[in-house]
Amino acid sequence: MGLTRASSGLNALRESFISLNASSFLIALAGNPNCGKSTVFNALTGLKQHTGNWPGKTVTLARGRYSYRGLDFTLVDLPGTYSLLASSVEEQIARQFICFAHPDVVIVVVDATCLERNLNLVLQVLETTPRVVVCLNLMDEARRKKMLIDVPLLSQELGLPVVPTVARDGEGLEKLKEIVAAIAAGILHPAPKTVRYNQAVEAAVITLEKQLQPLLNGHLNARWVALRLLEGELSIRQELEQHLGLALPQNVIQLKTKKGVSA
Amino acid sequence: MNTRFKPEQILERADGIAAHLGRENIRDSIVTALYSRAESIAARVVKQGTARQPDWDRKLDNIITSKLLGYPLMLALLGIIFWITISAANIPSQLLARLLFGLEDLLSALLITAGAPVWLHDLLLQGLYRTMAWVVSVMLPPMAIFFPLFTLLEDLGYLPRVAFNLDNLFKKAGAHGKQALTMCMGFGCNAAGVISCRIVDSPRERLIAILTNNFSPCNGRFPTLIALATIFMGGLVTSAYRSLTAATVVVGTILLSIAMMFFTSWLLSRTILKGVPSLFTLELPPYRCPRVLQVLVRSLLDRTIFVLARAVIVAAPAGIIIWILANIEFNNLKPLNFLAGWLQPLGMAIGMDGYILLAFILGLPANEIVLPILLMCYLSTCTLTEAGSLADLSTLLIQNGWTWLTAFCVMLFSLMHWPCGTTLLTIFKETRSLKWTLLAAVIPTICGVAVCFLFKQIAALLEVI
Repeated sequence: MGLTRASSGLNALRESFISLNASSFLIALAGNPNCGKSTVFNALTGLKQHTGNWPGKTVTLARGRYSYRGLDFTLVDLPGTYSLLASSVEEQIARQFICFAHPDVVIVVVDATCLERNLNLVLQVLETTPRVVVCLNLMDEARRKKMLIDVPLLSQELGLPVVPTVARDGEGLEKLKEIVAAIAAGILHPAPKTVRYNQAVEAAVITLEKQLQPLLNGHLNARWVALRLLEGELSIRQELEQHLGLALPQNVIQLKTKKGVSA
Repeated sequence: MNTRFKPEQILERADGIAAHLGRENIRDSIVTALYSRAESIAARVVKQGTARQPDWDRKLDNIITSKLLGYPLMLALLGIIFWITISAANIPSQLLARLLFGLEDLLSALLITAGAPVWLHDLLLQGLYRTMAWVVSVMLPPMAIFFPLFTLLEDLGYLPRVAFNLDNLFKKAGAHGKQALTMCMGFGCNAAGVISCRIVDSPRERLIAILTNNFSPCNGRFPTLIALATIFMGGLVTSAYRSLTAATVVVGTILLSIAMMFFTSWLLSRTILKGVPSLFTLELPPYRCPRVLQVLVRSLLDRTIFVLARAVIVAAPAGIIIWILANIEFNNLKPLNFLAGWLQPLGMAIGMDGYILLAFILGLPANEIVLPILLMCYLSTCTLTEAGSLADLSTLLIQNGWTWLTAFCVMLFSLMHWPCGTTLLTIFKETRSLKWTLLAAVIPTICGVAVCFLFKQIAALLEVI
């Protein structure tokens, strides 16, 4: 649909379409670049966020609202990412939102035509929260490429609900809304099957997890935090230290301000 | 285990284990496990049908992004779009002009019977209505054709291929390859383009992208370019090649503007924003069949009507102010003439005149109002009694001393001058710095003045005027 009025001119300055409503459920929309995330966003909310066939055009957190069976949902369109683990701007924004903004449900939009690459992100998201639904989008293209996808098996392998959709035709979106509502309302409890790592890592995770649990108080998934601390990626570590209420070491602060100024 | 650990202790513990196992080993094993799990699930879940389609995506990409054909194809595509736009817009433009000027007589009769005083009649009809009639008939048809065509290319997935082709050039200019995408975004709207610069990770390269985004002509400037090229550039050759010439000139000026963008990017990365370009992987998305109907509706409503409405809504009150400034007197001096006269030397030096420069300055709120304001300035100062068609528009401009060189310089200056107010505001918001915002206005302006000055001098030397 190209550039729209809502995404150009003075409107480009607006960070979001609507303000956050306390009484509505917060739904995050994550996915790889170019998997049709913005199309799903527009189809669900009736808004006209800029969609275009290129990666990386969503750089702001577009926010929209929809209601389903009398319940209010606020949908946040995250930038497209392949992973939550690295330090690019898109990944930071997506990670911070999924981990620290505590969305009630995370919809991970997945390109059905390249499932393998897209599943990588799903596996990372389900490590942070069990409240995940997979939106298996672009089913029309998969059909055109004569690909057969065993949806029940996929759902079973991930331990998550999977909804096949063709967002630009509206196919499957009612079902998606239904599942999102069920998870948000606490009727449906997905039990994701998290990835198991090698023995040494798992042993270390178990030790740290136990110590982290009382500290995190259920705000963050202890297993995820343990894994990230072991990995030691700088930007994630800073986020976690902030979350745990630790003052940033002096050199880190310097590094941060330097980055901002030298811009 | 009931002991509560302090955060510092846990971090220390984690660092200890990590040091023991080796961070690299941990990262490797995590990433490997994620990938192999994704692979094994996909392998079990996806069954490829027997009739595997030929890989035409790849084949097409090999042609479109090839070293030999990439650039010529890009140029040809751009040229074809403008050629279609210009040649197809001609007839609807004439019809619209005839319709709107036909209404003028009716409105005039209405105003006279309603007992409106002469000055009000002249102000509303000669100042406002006539400009609007011209602007609508000159701008509406090209926009209605150009915007859907461009949007179709975007939906199809051509823009990332453009980025792929240009990547090497950007690297040579010391800029980030993703700047090609922000540049393409700027073709729609520079404010949106500046915001999209967030996809560039390194702050140095992001600033280069922001500072040079204005060199891509936005929605508001395309109509001006197309209209002026159609009016002036077609006249040089026989009618059969008119549209082709006009399209070539439009493409040429845009290429020049993009060349300036590369040049300033290069200059910036060698002077105040020194550094090495960072690497990135650009993914070519699959070609997708665009939704033709939706594209038509959206580009008509969101771009064409929007740009036109702004041209009319903002320019109308401006027209009244201009009319007043042109007709009242302070100490025997009419303010509009005074301002334009003051700008005249500079305007003349760069192939334009004082009124054109004034129109660009007054056009700061939005680029689409530059042309209407300019027409109002001319109309309020000279007495053009007959205005009934599109041809009279070029008569008006020629009466005010325009030649093809003037039109060419206006096109160039339109491509290279300060960004519109909205874009400046966006740049300030993104950089949080008055210095960079100011620089974003100064850089293109200097380029525009220099290029126009050069063209004017060359033309004078060659005595082609």
